Amino acid sequence: MNVNQSIPPVPPFGQPQPVYPGYHQSSYSGQSGSTAPAIPYGAYNGPVPGYQQTPPQGISRAPPSSGAPPASTAQAACGQVAYGQFGQGDVQNGPSSAVQMQRLPGSQPFGSTLAPVGSQPAVLQPYGPPPTSAQVTAQLAGMQISSAVVPAPPSSGLGYGPPTSLASASGSFPNSGLYGSYPQGQASPVSQAQGHPGIQTPQRSAPSQASSFTPPASGGPRLPSMTGPLLPGQGFGGPSVSQPNHVSSPPPQALPPGTQMTGPLGPPPPMHSLQQPGYQPQQNGSFGSARGPQPNYGSPYPAAPTFGSQPGPPQPLPPKRLDPDAIPSPIQVIEDDRNNRGTEPFVTGVRGQVPPLVTTNFLVKDQGNASPRYIRCTSYNIPCTSDMAKQAQVPLAAVIKPLATLPPDEASPYVVDHGESGPLRCNRCKAYMCPFMQFIEGGRRFQCCFCSCINDVPPQYFQHLDHTGKRVDAYDRPELSLGSYEFLATVDYCKVREGKWLLSFPSPFFFPSPPAFIFMIDVSYNAIRTGLVRLLCEELKSLLDFLPREGGAEESAIRVGFVTYNKVLHFYNVKSSLAQPQMMVVSDVADMFVPLLDGFLVNVNESRAVITSLLDQIPEMFADTRETETVFVPVIQAGMEALKAAECAGKLFLFHTSLPIAEAPGKLKNRDDRKLINTDKEKTLFQPQTGAYQTLAKECVAQGCCIDLFLFPNQYVDVATLSVVPQLTGGSVYKYACFQVENDQERFLSDLRRDVQKVVGFDAVMRVRTSTGIRAVDFFGAFYMSNTTDVELAGLDGDKTVTVEFKHDDRLNEESGALLQCALLYTSCAGQRRLRIHNLALNCCTQLADLYRNCETDTLINYMAKFAYRGVLNSPVKAVRDTLITQCAQILACYRKNCASPSSAGQLILPECMKLLPVYLNCVLKSDVLQPGAEVTTDDRAYVRQLVTSMDVAETNVFFYPRLLPLTKSPIESTTEPTAVRASEERLSNGDIYLLENGLNLFLWVGASVQQGVVQSLFSVSSFSQITSGLSVLPVLDNPLSKKVRGLIDSLRAQRSRYMKLIVVKQEDKLEMLFKHFLVEDKSLSGGASYVDFLCHMHKEIRQLLS
Amino acid sequence: MATYLEFIQQNEERDGVRFSWNVWPSSRLEATRMVVPLACLFTPLKERPDLPPVQYEPVLCSRPTCKACNVDVPALIELFPSFQFPPAYGGISEVNQPAELMPQFSTIEYMIQRGAQSPLIFLYVVDTCLEEDDLQALKESLQMSLSLLPPDALVGLITFGRMVQVHELSCEGISKSYVFRGTKDLTAKQIQDMLGLTKPAMPMQQARPAQPQEHPFVSSRFLQPVHKIDMNLTDLLGELQRDPWPVTQGKRPLRSTGVALSIAVGLLEGTFPNTGARIMLFTGGPPTQGPGMVVGDELKIPIRSWHDIEKDNARFMKKATKHYEMLANRTAANGHCIDIYACALDQTGLLEMKCCANLTGGYMVMGDSFNTSLFKQTFQRIFTKDFNGDFRMAFGATLDVKTSRELKIAGAIGPCVSLNVKGPCVSENELGVGGTSQWKICGLDLTSTLGIYFEVVNQHNAPIPQGGRGAIQFVTHYQHSSTQRRIRVTTIARNWADAQTQLRHIEAAFDQEAAAVLMARLGVFRAESEEGPDVLRWLDRQLIRLCQKFGQYNKEDPASFRLSDSFSLYPQFMFHLRRSPFLQVFNNSPDESSYYRHHFARQDLTQSLIMIQPILYSYSFHGPPEPVLLDSSSILADRILLMDTFFQIVIYLGETIAQWRKAGYQDMPEYENFKHLLQAPLDDAQEILQARFPMPRYINTEHGGSQARFLLSKVNPSQTHNNLYAWGQETGAPILTDDVSLQVFMDHLKKLAVSSAC
Repeated sequence: MNVNQSIPPVPPFGQPQPVYPGYHQSSYSGQSGSTAPAIPYGAYNGPVPGYQQTPPQGISRAPPSSGAPPASTAQAACGQVAYGQFGQGDVQNGPSSAVQMQRLPGSQPFGSTLAPVGSQPAVLQPYGPPPTSAQVTAQLAGMQISSAVVPAPPSSGLGYGPPTSLASASGSFPNSGLYGSYPQGQASPVSQAQGHPGIQTPQRSAPSQASSFTPPASGGPRLPSMTGPLLPGQGFGGPSVSQPNHVSSPPPQALPPGTQMTGPLGPPPPMHSLQQPGYQPQQNGSFGSARGPQPNYGSPYPAAPTFGSQPGPPQPLPPKRLDPDAIPSPIQVIEDDRNNRGTEPFVTGVRGQVPPLVTTNFLVKDQGNASPRYIRCTSYNIPCTSDMAKQAQVPLAAVIKPLATLPPDEASPYVVDHGESGPLRCNRCKAYMCPFMQFIEGGRRFQCCFCSCINDVPPQYFQHLDHTGKRVDAYDRPELSLGSYEFLATVDYCKVREGKWLLSFPSPFFFPSPPAFIFMIDVSYNAIRTGLVRLLCEELKSLLDFLPREGGAEESAIRVGFVTYNKVLHFYNVKSSLAQPQMMVVSDVADMFVPLLDGFLVNVNESRAVITSLLDQIPEMFADTRETETVFVPVIQAGMEALKAAECAGKLFLFHTSLPIAEAPGKLKNRDDRKLINTDKEKTLFQPQTGAYQTLAKECVAQGCCIDLFLFPNQYVDVATLSVVPQLTGGSVYKYACFQVENDQERFLSDLRRDVQKVVGFDAVMRVRTSTGIRAVDFFGAFYMSNTTDVELAGLDGDKTVTVEFKHDDRLNEESGALLQCALLYTSCAGQRRLRIHNLALNCCTQLADLYRNCETDTLINYMAKFAYRGVLNSPVKAVRDTLITQCAQILACYRKNCASPSSAGQLILPECMKLLPVYLNCVLKSDVLQPGAEVTTDDRAYVRQLVTSMDVAETNVFFYPRLLPLTKSPIESTTEPTAVRASEERLSNGDIYLLENGLNLFLWVGASVQQGVVQSLFSVSSFSQITSGLSVLPVLDNPLSKKVRGLIDSLRAQRSRYMKLIVVKQEDKLEMLFKHFLVEDKSLSGGASYVDFLCHMHKEIRQLLS
Repeated sequence: MATYLEFIQQNEERDGVRFSWNVWPSSRLEATRMVVPLACLFTPLKERPDLPPVQYEPVLCSRPTCKACNVDVPALIELFPSFQFPPAYGGISEVNQPAELMPQFSTIEYMIQRGAQSPLIFLYVVDTCLEEDDLQALKESLQMSLSLLPPDALVGLITFGRMVQVHELSCEGISKSYVFRGTKDLTAKQIQDMLGLTKPAMPMQQARPAQPQEHPFVSSRFLQPVHKIDMNLTDLLGELQRDPWPVTQGKRPLRSTGVALSIAVGLLEGTFPNTGARIMLFTGGPPTQGPGMVVGDELKIPIRSWHDIEKDNARFMKKATKHYEMLANRTAANGHCIDIYACALDQTGLLEMKCCANLTGGYMVMGDSFNTSLFKQTFQRIFTKDFNGDFRMAFGATLDVKTSRELKIAGAIGPCVSLNVKGPCVSENELGVGGTSQWKICGLDLTSTLGIYFEVVNQHNAPIPQGGRGAIQFVTHYQHSSTQRRIRVTTIARNWADAQTQLRHIEAAFDQEAAAVLMARLGVFRAESEEGPDVLRWLDRQLIRLCQKFGQYNKEDPASFRLSDSFSLYPQFMFHLRRSPFLQVFNNSPDESSYYRHHFARQDLTQSLIMIQPILYSYSFHGPPEPVLLDSSSILADRILLMDTFFQIVIYLGETIAQWRKAGYQDMPEYENFKHLLQAPLDDAQEILQARFPMPRYINTEHGGSQARFLLSKVNPSQTHNNLYAWGQETGAPILTDDVSLQVFMDHLKKLAVSSAC
């Protein structure tokens, strides 16, 4: 059993309770084994070899593409229609002309500053060293941007209209080194050299060199060659420059930008030049110091200056485009953090320590503060006063995942049993004993660290203090030395005691009985027809053996029950003494009740024969059903009533297919109306249709009845309404649109297994206490609140997260810092009542700089996304987006104003900790909820909205900025996960294969000119054209590549809480549109800004605020 | 016909008819002076082994307004002068005379070939809030009954407790049931929707082919032929558990009888309207929730008594009664009947539910437990067969009464409901259920008897010619248990007589037994709606008037009072009737009263008389068994008494006999005759028990036994603690009662009859 393994020896106390950990992984998710490896990212820039190979693709493409130049003005070169439109066309278009054209600009710089350009890829690393830690100033000169516009002409020539394209183009350049895309365009020689079917040798050669990073050399020679092509290109590119919305400041003059650039650049360039030669680009990864980002910045600059300087030369307009590689790269930040912080365990003993990024694989040692796996804060240094907080506009929030699953090598919280007296608490604020409590008077009393109240220590708890004032037994007691631990709750916590405890307990039981799972299966025509019912029943037979159990319990204490329904409900009596199951039909859906008591909820082992018989028969019984109508509210009501009758908490698993239109409470009508989008009424699409669902949810919460909803819609089912109950009861919603057994079986079963097996706390109440000065004011997540302080959760699992926002209500003290204590009272799956406590100490500051130095952008984004997603319920989407942008601008402006060293107004300076804020925020703004594309259904939006509401930081991170992994760039033997590339089309090389995942979706993108061998070994077909587009399973082939890719897919899936269905996308295929939706750095079809454009826009906003 | 007695008997044998008057007073005025109305007890299905059913359809009088069946044509032609032979009779010859034309066939049964035959339907409605052994016994009885049903009969099962479950019988592998909340009343439509009996008539659904095919299936999901689901149902019954919902101390189990019945009714209504069907309700306690609840679930609040009812303290009674009446009427409208088998020590709400059985012709059986032979055998007896191998039950009957024009129909009393058919022969004065010439009797057996009351409307000044005859025709359409539709036609003719000139004839033709029963029915009918004392007063007044009219006496001289033979027993019947549980509620629970009245209103004359005046037989060494007076003086030490009250069979051993038996004489060979003496009443009792439905309570007691009270409460208290010593002799047993004895009663009667004051 994994269970056992999960016990790491770390702490000194009794034995850790194995409780949750291993469980789910066991049996079911056959992947248990694989999970481990998933993480190993190591710092790798693996790309090196990759590059060289990649370029070839470009080549191959070029020709064909050029042939068919659909793009209007665009050059035929763009070849790829898709690309072309996106404006990136450059990348490939590159084939020759376009790319080069762009290059030119870039290239010119080479000459001068060049080093950077060519080196860029390489550059990154070199910079690393110089890192000026605190504030990296990213400068995007608005000027530049504008300038970029100017240069547009060339770009326009490309036909890719928007400036973006230009930018990207230029960006691509440098990248080329790193990424395949680039090289294609130019690097002919090299590429060829590398074994690419050299097609257009001449042109390439030059570029290739560039890629090879022999900047100086290349610089010279190339120019000419480049120009050649360029010219034509430009010719094409009409001046037409469609500017992205955001591009703000047009005024900039080429020169100024240049200057600005230089300013910041100043330092870095030298570095570059120096190092570049020495380093090879590829090594970047490994070398990169913590400050990876800086290098980036550096690079752009160089480019800029060059432009400035060489404007005259070849192409006068050399785009002053913002170099994409010059702007902060999420990938780089992640890689750097991984390299710098992934090796050492994160020890929580120090107050206000910023933990490693969520993307970094690190070990946590609990020494008094809760692990970041439980709590992450937007800032670990809180302004002392509300004035400061207001000025900074940085939201103060904590993302709490109270029952988070820990990796096997970290100990789960110790369970402390204080016997009948129960846990020791502060008399005034009721905070629980924790390491921050101060013992005084020789240990006879303690002062509450939250409210300063002085309490007596009960005699049985008394212990002497040592000379430092610490209790002698501090290290023997988890509650005095750890950040997270559990108390066994006493009887007092099991019943309602009005007014006595601050926490109110909805549980009406004296001692809770073990919880129950009720499976409620839609057996209407749709469910039968798709084969869902048969599949589900088959699966349940074995799945029931894996219900969550407590610690080392031999069998699960959880009882199960079964209900099927269409427009009436069928309950089943599966009492062990029966020879065959009994079905009881309740048609009175208007007034639901539970028709039986005894025999509905049973122990799986005792009633196995009857249950099996039942599950065998359900699909048969309804095989000929013609009933298409379903009900919904009565189903949940029935489940809740059943739990009430059995006097226990529990979980309902609801498998539902259609809009509940049958005559019953909660009847819905189809109100999907896309015309509402972008109107003031758009919010109604997110609101439930009737209040019946909320009312029901409230009752469910009171009963401790959590609902997990599996939806299998063929059409609109009004997710916004149906998900209300799961949402308010702490449950999950899964949606499988157009479910078909053949295609979706694996995904559904995998989700189901995981969902059924995961450890759940029932009938929970969470309360967050803080030290005087701040206060929890707002909560986001899947739960219900009947007052302003207690978060009530009918059920809470290891994936659910509650985000809490704090506000000042007084002054904080720099010395004592700010403390958080999150107490969760819940019923374990064995029916034990427990309290889980997480403590976290934060620093307080009087200098804004300290605040900005200790922020965590990922958490910030998590909060902002949730805030915005809740906002759409009440405000027009546009208003919500504007609010986000404004807040972001204010945060950055405040920094610029108060913390950054004086510099030109045209310079964009971002705090080191927040340099990714714009790119991430842009992703949030472009997300389906806030800016839906035409293909996004109302249901999808509602679905995503509620998903995000309870996501943790890691999930939101990847959800908003998907990971794009090149598969064929690193050597096949390499066992580590490949380093991601930025989510932009220009990073794709058509000779490569990529995986893209965002936690919900998984795409395998196949470039059009991938080597045959690769195609053969992955898909078992002989050519690219034979690959089935939309394929969801890779054939199991016995070759290293296939194994590796499938292994990688498995490990990615293992990292996510939901099974990601694979979709194979071929370049230039219809499906590619879907895929491109996830390339979040690019301009989106629905109008979302590209990263560069947004950054410009942000800069403009900031400048406005500053002036 | 030698005597009227023989004539009456013969008529009863042949036609199942007993008239109160066999010669009819010819004018309205005279008829009213006769006190006892012109009425008859009619047993529609009187068992007639000798009567061969006729295979063709009845011929009707061609006059559209008449439609009398042409039975006993000679009489008819005489009586209905306008009778026109339909053309079909053109070729009738003396040799080939149809049965209707032969005088001895005053009753003829026709079998109708038309129309689809639908199988009989038995729907069991079973209470599961029973004690374990009770439920077990009931389950066994039900399982047994399956083997007694005709193989093609449809059966259904509904169980109830806190919830009501309608069991689907056709499923393999899983037993399926529809469950209803026991607290919510549902309309028939809702029930049918919820059971999926209505076709999903949703317009929005696109054409779904093959729907019609499905229909017969749907309707029979809950009602399946016995032969098909015999095993299934046996298993299902076997697995029936007691209602699983916990009953806390001090509470009654929650029993949803009202809803269960409502669902049963709704189910049949939706699937098999106008088809013979029995809903058989087995209940072990009062309904405690939902519509039709009779008492709350708090044990400390007892179920209503007569006392509460008088004080208007029975809070649920009215509402419940209304609920069950509504159900009963719906059931009757659909031609189904409801049986109630209530077995419990306490009351079960029969008072409220009685109409279900009363109006639909269903049975009502009351016992202490399902685990008694009383219930088991009674239940079994329902399925006994007649000499033809047919069940002794029939369904969905309509009784159509036609009269010659001097008569009108005043009403009927019995297990029937009015069909509200007004016609020229319907009187405006109602006696019993009136205002109609047709009644529906949803369930009847071979002894079901209706009292039918008439009114003579002939005016005094329009005398009927000498020798004129009045005629009445009863036409009963019914579904025979073999599922055939049949029509039985009985035509009766009686002579008219002028009461002024021929009072003797009329007097002699008085059937005092029939009259007593008919009057009793009227009295009981009244008692349902009026205060007990009023009814008694009314009965008394009628009796006095009758005595005044037909007694021979000198004014103000009670001693001179005499009654002729044909009236002599009548006052005695009235005396016992006054003391009977039909009119006296003292010492009876409301349920018991309802139960007794139910049976009184449906049994034939013989049984009714036994109910009014129980029969007492005496067994002694002095001679062969003989009937003795129902009087305390008959209770002697050396006698064994056997009393049959219809509801109870009591064997009572006199003091001496009891001592002998105690001493064990019966076991000694030399006293074998004593053994025989002891055995004789037992054998006779067995004989009665065998024949009686419902099974009587069988009581074997002896002098001084507690159960002797059954006997003591019935006999005429000629000796009481008041007069015992005055009489001074040691015959019979004194009864501790304040009731008046027959002697006192008669004395008063005479006094009043001869008094000119009233």
